[in-house]
Amino acid sequence: MRIYVPCDSSALSVGADAVARAIMAEISSRGLSDVTVIRNGSRGLFWLEPLVEVETARGRVAYGPVTPGVVVELFDAGMLEGKPHGLCLGLTEEIPYLKRQERLTFARCGITDPLSLSDYIAHGGYQGLKRARTMTPEAIVEETVQSGLRGRGGAGFPTGIKWRTVLKTPASQKYIVCNADEGDSGTYADRMIMEGDPFVLIEGMTIAGLAVGATQGYVYIRSEYPHGFRTMRRAVEIAREAGYLGPDFDIDIRLGAGAYICGEETSLLESLEGKRGQVRPRPPLPAVEGLFGKPTVVNNLISLATVPIIFDRGAQFYRDFGMGRSRGTLTIQLAGNLKYAGLVEKAFGLTLREAIYDFGGGTRTGRPFRAVQVGGPLGAYFPEALLDTPLDYEAFAEKKGLIGHGGVVVFDDTVDLAEQARFAMEFCAIESCGKCTPCRIGSTRGVEVIDRIVAGQDRARNLELLNDLCETLLDGSLCALGGLTPFPVQSAVHHFPEDFAKLKV
Amino acid sequence: MELPRIEGERDNIFLTSSNPTWDPARALVRIRELQTLPGALLPILHALQEEFGYVDDAAIPLVSQALNLSHAEVHGVITFYHDFHREPGGRHLLQICRAESCQSMGCNALVRHVENKLAAKLGETTADGAFTLKPVYCLGNCALSPAVMLDGKPYGRVSEEVVDFLIDSARRM
Repeated sequence: MRIYVPCDSSALSVGADAVARAIMAEISSRGLSDVTVIRNGSRGLFWLEPLVEVETARGRVAYGPVTPGVVVELFDAGMLEGKPHGLCLGLTEEIPYLKRQERLTFARCGITDPLSLSDYIAHGGYQGLKRARTMTPEAIVEETVQSGLRGRGGAGFPTGIKWRTVLKTPASQKYIVCNADEGDSGTYADRMIMEGDPFVLIEGMTIAGLAVGATQGYVYIRSEYPHGFRTMRRAVEIAREAGYLGPDFDIDIRLGAGAYICGEETSLLESLEGKRGQVRPRPPLPAVEGLFGKPTVVNNLISLATVPIIFDRGAQFYRDFGMGRSRGTLTIQLAGNLKYAGLVEKAFGLTLREAIYDFGGGTRTGRPFRAVQVGGPLGAYFPEALLDTPLDYEAFAEKKGLIGHGGVVVFDDTVDLAEQARFAMEFCAIESCGKCTPCRIGSTRGVEVIDRIVAGQDRARNLELLNDLCETLLDGSLCALGGLTPFPVQSAVHHFPEDFAKLKV
Repeated sequence: MELPRIEGERDNIFLTSSNPTWDPARALVRIRELQTLPGALLPILHALQEEFGYVDDAAIPLVSQALNLSHAEVHGVITFYHDFHREPGGRHLLQICRAESCQSMGCNALVRHVENKLAAKLGETTADGAFTLKPVYCLGNCALSPAVMLDGKPYGRVSEEVVDFLIDSARRM
């Protein structure tokens, strides 16, 4: 008999540890020797956390949000048999929010014990690697190309093509680097995998290693994720002890140090080498000259964690999901001012409106919706009128937006888009690596120009100047930080001009 | 039932140390453990910060020598990253997320409330040395905004009452 209480850090942030302790205490005071508490990852239904599940003959039954104070009551009501209670949500798999999803990358997250290798294998783990081992490196690369998988970090570059370049570049040493520097506000999918299903990333990186001939992998994790870091490091040790990592392919887990720019792949490589996280000019591409000057695959965590299911089920299975050139599933992370914020893995093509209303349930404050920022701090702000845009790389690019890593941050009508535009410039100034002038200096000038616009100083000329500055950042920056900061700024000016026109005291 | 822990591991890798007195011998032990790693500088700086709660300027020559780098290179790396502190911080580290998702749920008001309560601005340490207050740009707890982290422990849907409770409880510890 098993009870599941998540150890995901979002669940912890609303008291999952205290709930687990209360359940343990109740088990022992009732002398229930056959009941085990498993600390699973999160299902991603965060408004229901801490979400407690019990195993029954019918399947897993969910209760949530559970507080330590209701634990005794839940036991009295027959929670262990899955009996009704005000907090009972029925069978977990039947909760509509989950049932309507297509969970491929997140197939196991929240179901298994994250650090149990046998649990991982019992739920289809290492099937992808098993098949990849029977294939040539060229065939592995080809399968990845055929799956249509594109980089989930934001750039959307075809993963298989990147791998092909690394495969074809001869070298004595090659590397697989996982970018787990998930710095975009509104995103948490990487964190959920690291805390909830770390072996899937290890398997994906191992397949990538086979594909290109790399024997060493690195996972670069941001320091804001201490729980993810710890789980990942432990998972690597467990995989090594079991012989899944070793001389043929091994992984080292590294910690970032609070620099957003290190999510940019060349900065990340510099940081891994022990340097300031400053952007490298391209070419050469990291695929040709990457970590320590060697050919390197740098992939986002979600891209790598999606590889095992592609090899388990086949490229065709994966590419059958999605629309246009966006194949497979997108891990949408609903965030900010939403009633039901959580992880939604769906085939590409869901509209923003469906994500925000059908899943998100509208604003948490109950006030009218005003704006949504998709794709993190470098993503555009969209108004109501653009909510029918489907979540698809090309459809978003057409509306001068980007999907990025899939974060969706909703704002109600109290938001001031001039303030948000100012913050975009301020953030760029704080996080700029300083290598290129447009980003280093332009961001500070941008804050000043927006301040003048808001203060009503020479507004028309300063708006023109802001636009000009944005074009300079767009065209002249070395990387996406400077190059995309104009997205939130210009979209705010374009879609919400009234916020730049009110004179503020 | 808790997540398995590695011996000697702490919740927060950049938490203030229990023994913050600079000691070159202790520093050298940590440096030597890690100096043969490829790209060892960040792991070493994290280890020093874990040991002392900050990276003392006196560590620069030791690290330079161990890694065959110039003092300027090591100094440059320490000052590039927001995480590395060059002087000891408060006994508790309170990080408040002020990125967009938390903004949408009122983190700016929460920041003002905490700054008033502690009489310290973001980036400062309180006069009694109890708290260092730092902004953070996303804790990955965006479904439960606004979010804070106190000594490496995450908290979500944080109201003014909740943050008051957290601060008052930590102060009594």
